[in-house]
This record gives sequence, C-alpha cells and structure tokens, in this order.
Amino acid sequence: MSNSQSEMPLVHVRNVSKHFGEGETRVDALRDVSLEVYPGEVVALLGPSGSGKTTLLNVIGCILEPSTGWLSLDGEVVYDGHWLRSDLRKLRLEKVGFIFQFHNLLPFLNSTDNVAVVLSLAGFDTAESNRRAIELLDYLEVGHRKDAMPANLSGGEAQRVAIARALANQPRIILADEPTAALDSQRAGIVMDLLRKVAVEQEAAILAVTHDEKIFDRFDRIFHLRDGRLDSQNT
Amino acid sequence: MNLAYRDIRHNLGRFLLTCFGLSLLLGVVLSMIGIYRGLVEDALTLVRTPVVDVWVVESGTRGPFAESSRIPGDTRESIARLQGVSAAGSVTYQSVETLSGSNKLRLYVVGYEPGRPGGPDRIVTGRAIGRSHYEMVADKRTGLSIGGRVELGRDTFTVVGLTDGQVSSGGDPVIYITLKDSQQLQFELAPPAARREIARGSGPGDTDTINAVVARVSPNVSPESVAEAARRWKHLAAMSQAEQEHILTRSVVERARKQIGLFTALLLIVSAVIIALILYTMTMDKLREIATLKLIGAPDRTIVGLILQQALAMGMIGFGFGALLITSIKDYFPRRVVLQPEDGLALAAAVILVCVLSSALGVRLALKVDPATALAS
Repeated sequence: MSNSQSEMPLVHVRNVSKHFGEGETRVDALRDVSLEVYPGEVVALLGPSGSGKTTLLNVIGCILEPSTGWLSLDGEVVYDGHWLRSDLRKLRLEKVGFIFQFHNLLPFLNSTDNVAVVLSLAGFDTAESNRRAIELLDYLEVGHRKDAMPANLSGGEAQRVAIARALANQPRIILADEPTAALDSQRAGIVMDLLRKVAVEQEAAILAVTHDEKIFDRFDRIFHLRDGRLDSQNT
Repeated sequence: MNLAYRDIRHNLGRFLLTCFGLSLLLGVVLSMIGIYRGLVEDALTLVRTPVVDVWVVESGTRGPFAESSRIPGDTRESIARLQGVSAAGSVTYQSVETLSGSNKLRLYVVGYEPGRPGGPDRIVTGRAIGRSHYEMVADKRTGLSIGGRVELGRDTFTVVGLTDGQVSSGGDPVIYITLKDSQQLQFELAPPAARREIARGSGPGDTDTINAVVARVSPNVSPESVAEAARRWKHLAAMSQAEQEHILTRSVVERARKQIGLFTALLLIVSAVIIALILYTMTMDKLREIATLKLIGAPDRTIVGLILQQALAMGMIGFGFGALLITSIKDYFPRRVVLQPEDGLALAAAVILVCVLSSALGVRLALKVDPATALAS
C-alpha cells in the first residue's frame, strides 16, 4: 500500500449527488458523496442492493452524469456541474480500465485480440497491439492461453484476460464491478493478488464494488454506502 | 483490427447460412429481371429476324403480331415495285399444335418465300429450305433434330436445318416452312368443307392470302417514305420496323411486362425488409458486446463500421451466390432468361443501397445502447 495522503488522489469525488426523476417519482441514488482514492490503493465499495454502488461506479467511469458535484480523474477535473469534456469515451479509453463480474470478453475475439482491441482503439498498429497484448497476458500468467477463445477459458483465466484488457492502455484507474463474484475463493484470491500487483507496480488506483466477504481483508480501505450516502469508511 | 471480419469468422456457419438464404431471395429477384428481359427479347426476336425496314399489313390493323392481318398474295409484287424498296417478301404467321412422338408440341409457324426476306437469319445446323414443299427449318427448342419428321395439317414435314433462340412472343419455338406450305396449312379448307363450298358453287376457296409483306429499303432511303407510299393503297397499312417493335413491346407483351416488373419491385421490397430484419436481429444479438465496446472507449464509427461492414458482406455474398445460382440454372427455365451485365450491376447497386439503408435500423439501435448495460449482470 502506498497511499501517501500527500499524493494527489487519482479518483477525487467531491459532493456528488445523483437523482433520477422529479417530484413524487424522484429517487436520490447518490447524496453528497465525497471520496478519494490514491495511487497504489485497492479500495472496496460496499453496500446493500440499491445503495448506489453501481451508480457511483458509473459516475466515476463517466458513464452517468451526476446531478451536482465535482469529479477529478488522474489529476484532470472532468465534471464540475457539467462534463468538461465532450469525448467521454476517449477519456475512458485514456484513463479508466473496467473489470466486470462476468468478464464481458468479446466472444468473437481470442484472448490476445480481446486485449489488443483496446490498444487498436487507442491508435496502435496491429503488430504493436498484439505484442503488448501478449506481454500483458504473460504478466498476468495467462500467456499460454493467448489463442484461446473466451468460451474455452475457465472463469479464472477469463477474468485474468479481462484484467489484461483493463490494463492494456495503462490507465491509472481501474473500476471493477464484482470482479470475484463468479469465482471460487481460491481463484478470487488469485485475482485480488493480481489487482494488488497492478496497483503497486503500476501505481494505479483500484476501486471495486463487491459483496464478496471472503476478500474484504484484501482491501486497503472499504467505503460503505447506504441509501446513496457514504456511511462509513474502514481502513 | 477488423471486428466485423472477426465476428463473421466466429459465427461463420450461421453467417453463411444467412447469406445462402438471402442468395436464394436475390437469385429469384435476378431471375425475375431475367424473365422480364427475356419476355421483351422473345417478343422482338421474331420481328427482328427478317432484318427488314417496312411491314405492310391489312388496312386498319396493327398486324401481323398484335392483330390479325390478311392481304392478297400478290401484294408483295406491288410493294417490290415501290421506289426505294430493294427486296420484299410475303410472310404468314400462325400457331399450331402437333405431336412429336408422344409429346405435344406447340409451334409458331412462319411461312416465307425462300430467297426473299422473311426467313431465318441464321441456321446453326443443317441447311436452309431447298425444296418447294414439305421441308422445315426448326428452332432447337422444339427438341427436333435434322431429319426429324413432324405432321402439320395433312402433310408430313422433314427438318432440314436448325436455328437457335427463335421463339414467338408467347415463348413457343418457331419453325419455318415455304409460303405455299404455310398458306395451305393456314387457309386451305378441310376436304369436307371444300366439297361443301364446291357444291355451293363458290369453289374450294383461294389460298393465295398472306399476313404481311416485309420489305428492305435501299441505303439512303427513308423507311417512312416507303411506308407512306404503301399507305396510298386503301386496303393496306404500313409501318416501319421501329413502329412494329414498339407495338410488340407496348401492346403484345405489355401486361406481362408490367406484371413481371411489378412482381420484381415487390420482391425487391420484400428483400429489403428481410435484410433489415436480419441486420436488426444480428445487432440485437450483439448488444452486450456493443455496450462493452462503448464502455472500453470504442468510438461510434467503430460500432457503425462493425454493423455496416457485416451488412455489406452479407449483401454482396448473398448477391454473388444468387447470381452464380441463376447463371448456372437459367438455361433450364422453360422460357428465356436474359441476364445482362447492366441488370446485374444495377441489382448489386440496389442490394448495396438496401444493405446500407437497412443497417440504419441496427445502427440506430446500437448507438442507443447504454454502455452501462455492460455492467449489468
């Protein structure tokens, strides 16, 4: 863990609120949420269903526009009452990597191509994309499955390929939605070790939504959300 | 990285099966265009074969194809003497049904004067009619061969030559016999009827009647001026080759032409709807992948490219298979199917246009997909 509070946070959420609907149908999904995640940190976002975890993840991932507040990613203020950039997809491509509960690998691409597609979107040529993709797969110890299609990968292998994809463009922020929910405890432990390795070696901030109690002890900090409010923070 | 190609390769069997289904549909569209062209071509074959400039028929008619026309047999001599006419020939046209072995044979019989305009333009096998009676030149589509014998009326004819592609506007294969034979076949009364006429004192009836006179004009002479001169005889009507062709396409086959044209247009619309549905379904199947692509930062052009490239690949492969299929089986159709390169290119362009327009539904759906969908379990 290297979350020196003197460093600039990679994820900085300040007084963010998000509501859906108006009047009697208004639902406050997030209420005045503020949090910071620093380089090298692996933090968890906990809370019951409907507490606003996924909404917060979507806001930080620039998928959902907050109603009010301020958001900074990797030192760049991206929201201050309104989006400050119009190319949010490019912003995600540059700054944010996503890891999904069911890995969401593209079924028509093999492991290498699933990682290389991000590099290709970022403008790398095919040879360079493939070279970097294979390097990443090796780094995550799944290089021997570089030609396998997603349907032929085990749950653990698929999640490692998904992590490789999330890391492909060297983003400093990794958002993970239930990254271990589909894995047994042994494989969940391996995935968490990998995320830790990524956080430390690449000085990335990892923010994971999870319900998985068996991995709670793997996080540096745990944020609890309840009814859209940040309830508490455990270290 | 070409995502469309990778996706097609991943689901190759399904994609090819879809393309095959589409190819059958586009093959039917292409064959309908070919049948349409064939109908017009068939209608014009008979009128173009004699290679003439002027048609002289019975006054007040637009014969001999659109309407019945009967004129005296000596009309040819009068026409031949008109200034500017280089050659003229008498012709008769009639449909007959006979037997070839045990098979029913429907024929279109052309009677002409050998050595004068009106006969076959090209004989592919055998020779032209050399005797004045009981020889015929038949089209290959009759199924007859050289030396074959066919009964027409009360006489038996021998096939001495074969033509290729000579059919009437109704699609019946054409045979050529001498004018004398055709006049007997068409106008001679059966013996009981002839005996009755003789008993009435009116004789057996004159058979020296023809349906039309065809004429070629000398170079630098206008066919219109010759037609105008022929029209001065009150019992005759005359028209140029262009007018005769116009009558055939605009009158004789007009309804069939419109029917096929309308059906072809309907088939194109049905194809467009089917292509749109296929593309929409293909996009629906990929919504999660599209959401994931958006989430990881893929721009809209990547997603539009994925759908559009697949749509075009499907359209072109379907069109290619369809064209290949129809080209290989077109000769087995009972009527002529004429596939012209420009029709093929026009259909290919229409298919591309339909694919682009049809993919708009899929593209619209894909662009509306919320990237957050990728996060939903």
